[in-house]
Amino acid sequence: MDWKDWATFVSKRLAALVVLFVVLSFVTFALMYVSPGTVVDVLLAGRPRSAATVHALNVEYHLDKPFMVQYWMWVRDALRFNFGSSIQTTLPVTDEIKARLPTSLLLGVYAYVLTMVSGIGLGVLAAFRNKRAVDRVVVAGTVVGLSMPSFVAGVFLLFVFAVQLPWFPAFGKGDGGLDTLWHLTLPAVALAMTSAAYVLKHTRAAVLGVLQQDYVVFARARGLSNGRVIRVYVLRNALIPILTISGVLFSYLIVGGVLVEMTFSIQGIGQLLVQSATAKDLPMLQGVVLLVSAVIILVNLLTDVVYLIADPRLRLKHG
Amino acid sequence: MARQTEIVSTRKPRRYAPRGLAIGFCFVVAGGILFLAIFGPLLAPQDPNAQHLQDVLAGPSSQHWLGTDSLGRDVFSRTIVGAQLGVLGPLVIAVGSFAIGNLLGLWAGYRRGWVDSLVMRWVDLMWSVPTLLVLVVAAGAVGASYWLAVGLLVILSAPFDTRIIRGVVMEQVPRPYVEAARTVGVSGRRIVFLHIWPNVAPVAIANSFLVFASSLVALAGLSFLGLGAPPGTPDWGLMLSESQAMLFVNPVATLAPALMIVVTATVANLIGDWFDEYLTSRMGAT
Repeated sequence: MDWKDWATFVSKRLAALVVLFVVLSFVTFALMYVSPGTVVDVLLAGRPRSAATVHALNVEYHLDKPFMVQYWMWVRDALRFNFGSSIQTTLPVTDEIKARLPTSLLLGVYAYVLTMVSGIGLGVLAAFRNKRAVDRVVVAGTVVGLSMPSFVAGVFLLFVFAVQLPWFPAFGKGDGGLDTLWHLTLPAVALAMTSAAYVLKHTRAAVLGVLQQDYVVFARARGLSNGRVIRVYVLRNALIPILTISGVLFSYLIVGGVLVEMTFSIQGIGQLLVQSATAKDLPMLQGVVLLVSAVIILVNLLTDVVYLIADPRLRLKHG
Repeated sequence: MARQTEIVSTRKPRRYAPRGLAIGFCFVVAGGILFLAIFGPLLAPQDPNAQHLQDVLAGPSSQHWLGTDSLGRDVFSRTIVGAQLGVLGPLVIAVGSFAIGNLLGLWAGYRRGWVDSLVMRWVDLMWSVPTLLVLVVAAGAVGASYWLAVGLLVILSAPFDTRIIRGVVMEQVPRPYVEAARTVGVSGRRIVFLHIWPNVAPVAIANSFLVFASSLVALAGLSFLGLGAPPGTPDWGLMLSESQAMLFVNPVATLAPALMIVVTATVANLIGDWFDEYLTSRMGAT
């Protein structure tokens, strides 16, 4: 696969991406119209209605223009990261998102690292100790982990590590640096639990499959150390099926992140999403939805590119 | 977007199907939860919504086995009655998505052509959508409603069923018995429903248990966020969020609904895995 194939692959994907973005932005914009009551009602949301406020809203949101023109103007603003101002706080939506984004990103990355390290590590361990005590314990843990939503895991962790053993703070995001990391540890573990169980299940299956291959048997017969067999022969081949689940993993982390942020009262994007949904703060909701879905779409594109790099067989098929 | 590319090994990861005693235990627990869901209101020792305001935030006692919540309601009774909503919603979703998924999967797998590609595009699109996010946004736009969430979950779970059914149907179509039926002049509809479907059904049933478990978790999560079951309803997710602040005072009240969610979901998942292994091994090579 030379650079030309890469270019066609990426540009095809980008074209699909643009279409998806258009559809998505349209749906997001239409939320305002799906909401019960007129758009003015939605935007006023309990504030006193007077001719002046209604007029101001009409001007700000171009409500006197036709629907498609309104949509176009909204998209134009959204492309400049201007989603209007929150109904609750009357502050710009973008500022609120910017203030909260770093915490959520840190939580996500923290949980991702925990997921990968524990999921792959324990998965390989369980596969190597197949059908022995270690394997059975790990498998049993996985079964429960897969059925345990992150908010339930969060409550259990809070009970053990914040109430019974006061080692970790029960809520909040801390004052930056190590304090933040300390505050985010329990949430990250709660968030990583389901996804780690998922990664573990797939790693174990993949490694068990690879271990039966002739080339692994041969490598062992040649007297290579276990560590070398794992690194050079097993992991590389077992990792491809694990890559294929990274899309699912990512949506786990996003959904779980919303629940975990609510469980631990962390001022992140997920909490913002739920708060604006509860308060029917539609401009805020639109901003968060567009941001989150843009991230999801981009990560999916990235995963597809990573498959191609990791698996030569795919490159042949596309080329 | 995240379409699984076929050339990568997409072999099903080994399932952890329980056997013997373990699966018997699962069925007993599932039966118990189902029993609570049907007869819960009769079994609960106290009115789940009665407020004992002189007894607020009490610990476990002979009168309130699991203590009381911040409004003085009996947690034990609420946990029992909570089984009703906990089982009903996911059951509706599992059945609804079973019906849609089977119809679309049979249609797409048997007819192929444009029907197939249309259905599969839809499945791909739905596949990469984080379910809970859609539910939260919908609740924000049109207001929180439990049954709206159930309806949305049917639509969002159906692709999961469709994809699996379609795959199994496509394995059946080239088999001699289908060919034979066609040669004899059996109508397409008859072949699909009376000849192919019985061979596909076990997989679909096993899958329904997994849909049940995942929608139980999704609905509980939505209620936990305060966007599902209406305030005051005895619902495990809602109870968990209402009593979370009491973790320091009466932890049992918080842990009871949490445990119920995990146990119900785990049992449903295990039964689904067991069904998959047991029924498909009886069917021979599928």
